[in-house]
Amino acid sequence: MSASETPAGPATFEFTADNLALAQRIIAKYPEGRQASAVMPLLDLAQRQHDNWLPRAAMDYVAGMLGMAPIRVYEVASFYTMYNLKPVGKHFVQVCTTTPCWLRGSDEVLAACKRKLGIGPGETTADGQFTVVEVECAGACVNAPVISLDDVYYEDLDGPSTEALLDTLIRGEKPKPGPQNGRINSAPIGGPTTLIEMAQRNGVKPASQE
Amino acid sequence: MLRDEDRIYTNLYGFEDFRLDAARKRGDWDGTKDILARGRDTIIEQMKESGMRGRGGAGFSTGLKWSFMPKKVDGPVYLVINADEGEPGTCKDREILRHDPHKLIEGCLIAGFAIGATACYIYIRGEFYHEASNVQVAIDEAYASGLIGKNACGSGYDYDVYLHKGAGAYICGEETALIESIEGKKGQPRNKPPFPANAGLYSRPTTVNNVESIAGVPTILRRGPAWFAGLGRPKNAGTKLFCISGHVNKPCNVEEEMGIPLKELIERHAGGVRGGWDNLLAIIPGGSSVPVMPKSVCDTVLMDFDSLREVGSGLGTAAVIVMDKSTDIVKAIARLSKFYMHESCGQCTPCREGTGWLARVMDRMVRGQARLDEIDMLYDVTKQIEGRTICALGDAAAWPVQGLIRHFRPEMEARIAAYRQSIAAE
Repeated sequence: MSASETPAGPATFEFTADNLALAQRIIAKYPEGRQASAVMPLLDLAQRQHDNWLPRAAMDYVAGMLGMAPIRVYEVASFYTMYNLKPVGKHFVQVCTTTPCWLRGSDEVLAACKRKLGIGPGETTADGQFTVVEVECAGACVNAPVISLDDVYYEDLDGPSTEALLDTLIRGEKPKPGPQNGRINSAPIGGPTTLIEMAQRNGVKPASQE
Repeated sequence: MLRDEDRIYTNLYGFEDFRLDAARKRGDWDGTKDILARGRDTIIEQMKESGMRGRGGAGFSTGLKWSFMPKKVDGPVYLVINADEGEPGTCKDREILRHDPHKLIEGCLIAGFAIGATACYIYIRGEFYHEASNVQVAIDEAYASGLIGKNACGSGYDYDVYLHKGAGAYICGEETALIESIEGKKGQPRNKPPFPANAGLYSRPTTVNNVESIAGVPTILRRGPAWFAGLGRPKNAGTKLFCISGHVNKPCNVEEEMGIPLKELIERHAGGVRGGWDNLLAIIPGGSSVPVMPKSVCDTVLMDFDSLREVGSGLGTAAVIVMDKSTDIVKAIARLSKFYMHESCGQCTPCREGTGWLARVMDRMVRGQARLDEIDMLYDVTKQIEGRTICALGDAAAWPVQGLIRHFRPEMEARIAAYRQSIAAE
């Protein structure tokens, strides 16, 4: 959607005192006269402050803070997919469906979301708790399929573990991040085939050698 | 197989803490000041001798790239680290960012010193929230310990390192799009020349390097270029992080020697192809942008830049996407076409329009709802995109479809025939 289609949202927006201080630290990372470089981190900050979406007032506020023409900020906000230009649910469920995730069953992950939440990609539950979207490659392909949700990756999913993940959220609890099938990060399941001494030193059992 | 003592990424799987104390115990930041004392020219020469070729996909010599930077400059010079990992199949830089960020920060210092940089920006894709947090912790630790900042490592060299987060755009992995993005604009690639070495970030001399290229630098310079050059094959030296995804029993990341046979890589580390090697249909060996290879090629091919180029594919990011015989190969490639359509930045007409055409025609090919001669038309569309755009995204969109037509045309034809029959039967 383009920035001009953004729902009205609030008439005004401004950073909280904490975020304003943070914004100033962000701007200071860039050379004098190059403060436009801070537009992406400031839009991110604004979105986090505003229930995970960017109303027009927030974009205008950031434009004013950085001395940018508002259109330049709208361009950025509409170009990058992580800026939400309309309201989303409290939990923003991003299901990766690009080929490596699809090969490992992302269709089942989407189907599990539909079963559990009653919504498909692009939809939000009536209670405003969940929005489900399909996203392009999340960059965790050896742990496919993955969901990125509220800044955390949940990996090595299938239908049942996706439903369990959503159940945990519905109960208001925080699910365990990372692989949902017991493996350690991107090491092969059943233990690593390399870094044997390193694994043993840290109490990890290497893969059994045939 | 690569010996454990020759691995660079000893905390690849995060068995240990990522922070400074643990990183030092693993050997990071050891004698960094002495490395810098070798001087710019020697460091660049040693990186050339090591044979390190850029790990972001293009495989260009890292030392040679550094040597393109102007020697005497007044004012700012930048090193930019491309941590916008998003090539489908690829998830190696993520491991460095979250488990071994000090290797990257130390590499940033040495590389920055070698190219005469005044500051470094690390551009991390926005989705990598946890990974970026770890990198920021490592940066803060390095400042607090005097490893970077004023008089970095006691070398007399002043050097700042900053983190910059993206917000979801595959195209920002292209170096000039990434630069535009840091400048606060849409990530649309620039025409070259001028190349970044002459006019990059803020129109200043800039080198853009991949995470894995830079994180390997400290170890290479500590152990000596001959050590790295002695691994792998001539012109394809060293170790490499491989990402093995798809239809294998144990998908994983692993560091191996360049030139390892593909079959050995999969059987030794990823538990083999699901259902056994004979159940293999095809492999994309280097991330979604390189052409798919049928099993007959996979049986013997070696995993390095030149071996894979010889068989009409490429090492790319060394992201190995494995597909067994249950795979709908047309659908697998069609999904990639959808990916490129979504990620085209819209700047060049052949790519903006062409990726849409590829995605739509590929969608029909999945169902077989096409004429036989449309396979040739599809191929022609890829040729109308390839080489006619500012950046390589157009090529990357074209090659998977070309690979499909080259190796799996009979499958596409059979599907069209089956669709026709089903229509006729109605």
